[in-house]
Amino acid sequence: MITAALTILFHGLAFAMVLYIVSVGLGITMGLMNFANLAHGAFAAAGGYVVVVATRSLGLPFWVALPAAFVVVALAGAVVERLVVRTLYGADELRQVLFSIALLFMAIAGFTAAFGPLQQQPEIPAALSGQIALGGVEFPSYRAFVIAAGVVILAALWLLIGRTRIGMRIRAAVDNRNMAEAIGVDTRMLFTLTFALGTGIAGLGGGIGADVLSITPTYGQEYLVLFLIVVAVGGLGSIFGPFLAALCIGVVDVAGKYLIPEFGAFFIYGVVIAILLAKPAGLFGVRS
Amino acid sequence: MPRPTVRVEPVKRLSVPHPGAAAPSTWRGLAMGRTGSDLAIAILLGLGALATLAFGESYWLLGSQVAITMIFALSVDLLVGFAGIVTLGHAVFFGVGAYSVGIASVRLGWTEPLLGLLLAAAVAALLGAATGVLVLRTRGLGQLMLTMAFASMVYEIANRAKPLTGGADGLQGMVVSPILGLFDFDIFGLTAFLYTLAVLAAVVVFAVLMTRSPYGRSLVGIRENRVRMQAIGTGVQKRLLSVYTLSAALAGIAGALLAQTSQFVGLNVLHFSLSGEILIIVALGGAGRLWGALLGAVVFTLFKDRLSALDPAYWYFWLGLLLAVIVLFAPKGLIGLVDRLLAAGRPKETA
Amino acid sequence: MTAAILETRALHKNFGALAVAQNINFSLEPGRFEALIGPNGAGKSTFINLLTGLVPPTSGSVILDGQDVTALPIEARVKRGLVRTFQINTLFNNLTVAENVILALDEHHGQGWRPLPSPSRRRRIRDEAYDILGRLGLTPWGNREVRELPYGRQRLVEIAIALALRPKVLLLDEPAAGIPSTETGTVIEVLENLASDLAVLIIEHDMDLVFRFAQRITVLVQGAVLARGTPDEIADNETVKAVYLGEGIHA
Ligand SMILES: Nc1ncnc2c1ncn2[C@@H]1O[C@H](COP(=O)(O)OP(=O)(O)OP(=O)(O)O)[C@@H](O)[C@H]1O
Ligand SMILES: [Mg+2]
Repeated sequence: MITAALTILFHGLAFAMVLYIVSVGLGITMGLMNFANLAHGAFAAAGGYVVVVATRSLGLPFWVALPAAFVVVALAGAVVERLVVRTLYGADELRQVLFSIALLFMAIAGFTAAFGPLQQQPEIPAALSGQIALGGVEFPSYRAFVIAAGVVILAALWLLIGRTRIGMRIRAAVDNRNMAEAIGVDTRMLFTLTFALGTGIAGLGGGIGADVLSITPTYGQEYLVLFLIVVAVGGLGSIFGPFLAALCIGVVDVAGKYLIPEFGAFFIYGVVIAILLAKPAGLFGVRS
Repeated sequence: MPRPTVRVEPVKRLSVPHPGAAAPSTWRGLAMGRTGSDLAIAILLGLGALATLAFGESYWLLGSQVAITMIFALSVDLLVGFAGIVTLGHAVFFGVGAYSVGIASVRLGWTEPLLGLLLAAAVAALLGAATGVLVLRTRGLGQLMLTMAFASMVYEIANRAKPLTGGADGLQGMVVSPILGLFDFDIFGLTAFLYTLAVLAAVVVFAVLMTRSPYGRSLVGIRENRVRMQAIGTGVQKRLLSVYTLSAALAGIAGALLAQTSQFVGLNVLHFSLSGEILIIVALGGAGRLWGALLGAVVFTLFKDRLSALDPAYWYFWLGLLLAVIVLFAPKGLIGLVDRLLAAGRPKETA
Repeated sequence: MTAAILETRALHKNFGALAVAQNINFSLEPGRFEALIGPNGAGKSTFINLLTGLVPPTSGSVILDGQDVTALPIEARVKRGLVRTFQINTLFNNLTVAENVILALDEHHGQGWRPLPSPSRRRRIRDEAYDILGRLGLTPWGNREVRELPYGRQRLVEIAIALALRPKVLLLDEPAAGIPSTETGTVIEVLENLASDLAVLIIEHDMDLVFRFAQRITVLVQGAVLARGTPDEIADNETVKAVYLGEGIHA
């Protein structure tokens, strides 16, 4: 009984943290730029591939590969934002959705061409490949690392958004873009930075979470619903909202699949629909 | 009580012709003008269908698929292009329509095709009304999410309900009776092609009339300005729910046609990628223009058939590229290009 | 005095800590032409939003033609003859001017659910629309999309839509604001020719216009009714002068 609860909690937490790391950037960009980026997951997958290439082909250590994933994907995000996404700010939802689907599809084709259709697994450092005992139960230590990473990223984001000048600008612009511009915030630059940050963290999430959400070319499409759910339930433009939403969804999903496997993923959709109907702007929406 | 009279300098006004005299007959903003493009596309598509019938025996099967996609595209265009509701879960209605006739045939032995269409329309409409009530309560991202969540949920149910749906293996052994007891489905697909064409024709006539009716115009009004629509006395929520239900029914009919003509139903009819594709088709053709959606369905299906035959792995790349180009450079879709083409060919349009 | 067609009882609205409507008791009789004035941010537009149902009140009620309509949605009130214009244009920008009016006419004639077109009816409705456009000098613009029109003309479309709905009570939120002074005549002419049994409440900053037309004026300051009376009474009211009208008033 206690073992079951511990197992659900542990794996639920690990799943939740991956969801959070990948999704949080999506929520920030949606809240700030009002841009519905359905290709967000493709950036996460790109991060996963960076870690795979770095650890497997280049033989770099995992701890170098992770920051590399962040940097490479953030740069890619910045370029995409500057070249195209920018032209679609303020365009109607349909065009944004379609364009990001276009990006997603091209990414899927690109990943297939480069890495083939099969799942890729990064090389995990020896220190993380063992087991740890918690409450008398053995758990893979890599997943404990995933959980820790989620908490660290939440803390880092909280510091960045809550305690720095740039974070203050982001908050101001989410709250009231016109006002922020009127007091001299350079929103063009801010948007590029935020988009890069959001996609970069997603890339990190893709790399860290490869063990939970496996890296395949269709990553961005397969898990899209999950990422959007985290953001929609958590509320746009928030950092804590998606964290709580991810916790909810991660634990409920793992519990549902563990306890009543015949219902599968059915569970979380029910929960999500209930939450969205009760609170259309999400649990902690800064903006609906 | 007398109204206070005020003397004001008569202000020079624009000349006011006899009421109605200057009333133009076109409906530009509601996208009902530019009938030139509509007509051109209608003729093109009609000729294409005739040519396929006469000479394209090997294309009859593909032809049915095209016609089915056209119906599905119309259903989504009514919702997305006219009423302005974005959905990424419309495959759920297509799929439920397909499974309705499939299950009716395999599990219950109801094989009458026309009754099957009615059944599919009814089941899809019921599901549309039930989920529509909830989906339409939110807007924007929340709405998009709900459509996806419902579709994912139904996919999951169909996946799990093996005894009913066959799960991942699909629903096998479907039998379809001859249409009206007269026309049996042949292996060349001629009956299937004619059957889907006939249903398509009926749906197109209905949709064209509807979009020219006060009801159809009110949908455009809601898309353009919801608050003003309320302020002129429209019950916006009910109006949207009605079109959501109607659109679901049409999608259900399209799904039923696919099940009947292929005599098989697989989980792919409920998949997210189908919801995405149909949205792409509508945008490709030109959202908010019925003939655009129809043209988009034809072009897309042929394109997909060619490209995935040549190079199945990179079909997604070309699809993505095409879509990106459309969104960035031709937001009005293919029909927008036809408009421009015709306008260039004509000396000048009368204002 | 005839029975009021529109009435509010202790109508109250808070936005957070800000009270934008403070227990307003207001009434308007058929055939009356009244004005609502007050400084910027006084809560005038909010009052109209409360009357029409766009904003739900915190407490109090709205009575239309003897019936409590506080719980009714916007569209139900419109169907009962309560019609408004918006201070900021709220139009169908991508539709033509005529179509804007036709949409309203369709709804007014209860045709909004009609799923099939009828050419003869369509011609009738179009003529009716152009009748209304003619009254506003908009006939030459009928076939132009609203967004192509200069702002001042778009303001007139606001009025055209409202007229198409054959109101019993017409609420005009600064109808002349944004219209070049050379063309306010059109608005004035329309106001003069309104049906004699129509009840009108106009919000307007142009005091000439207010004092010319209004039989009674309500002064709203910080969500509360400061004064209510004939133009003369208001012009002589010391508090109003002090708080609102300031020195530049000629009545
Ligand atoms: N939806 C809202 N939420 C919060 N505050 C609001 C909202 N709508 C209006 N307000 C506030 O209520 C107050 C009254 O606004 P309102 O628009 O009714 O004023 P007004 O008298 O029409 O002013 P104006 O002459 O500028 O049109 C203002 O302080 C405004 O900021
Ligand atoms: Mg105002």
